[in-house]
Amino acid sequence: MADFDRELDASGLNCPLPILRAKKTLADMESGQVLHIIATDPGSVKDFEAFAKQTGNELMSSGEEGGKFTFLIKKA
Amino acid sequence: MSEKKLAIIATKGTLDWAYPPFILASTAAALGYETEIFFTFYGLQLLKKDLDLQVTSLGNPGMPMPMPMPVLIQALPGMQSMMTMMMKQKMKSKGVASLEELRELCQEAEVRLVACQMTVDLFEMDTKEFIDGVEYGGAATFFEFAGDSDICLYI
Repeated sequence: MADFDRELDASGLNCPLPILRAKKTLADMESGQVLHIIATDPGSVKDFEAFAKQTGNELMSSGEEGGKFTFLIKKA
Repeated sequence: MSEKKLAIIATKGTLDWAYPPFILASTAAALGYETEIFFTFYGLQLLKKDLDLQVTSLGNPGMPMPMPMPVLIQALPGMQSMMTMMMKQKMKSKGVASLEELRELCQEAEVRLVACQMTVDLFEMDTKEFIDGVEYGGAATFFEFAGDSDICLYI
């Protein structure tokens, strides 16, 4: 797995909280830093794709491990 | 890239219908939209410091019920508060945000909250009961923002 600078555990949270928490965490990060997000909301897979596309932050990877969804987002 | 704009009119004051305006506004703000919600008629309830919103299955046959229940039973005293309690518990167990939390996130993200002055006067509502940061305006105020919006929703 790639390295990351910050981690956000959004497990148990439902739409739109994972996105809102990610946005808040990214706001405290520097450009180029990578955020690792863990979520359990199945809707978050599509939502993080859409979030990345609309905010310009890069979705480097999106995966699933044991019922949890993980994302790596690089801040623009 | 110029900022996109979302304008929402919130007209409903029930626990379930309070969610769409705040979910969409907070998410839009997170996506970089400049966002305004215009609260009118029963939607003004969503601006109260102490949110006491209820949900009922009366007149709403689409509401999923844990067990089938005749309409007249649903109308019995205490049923509405019981349904409200059950809905809140369900939301909590599913990790759905509370309305207070979503509303706070909207305010943090500088979503403009505009209360309809006419309805405030009509229902003689006490604006001291509203949260801080609410602006007051009328239809023309709404169109000033909505006229330039990319998305406009009536909820």
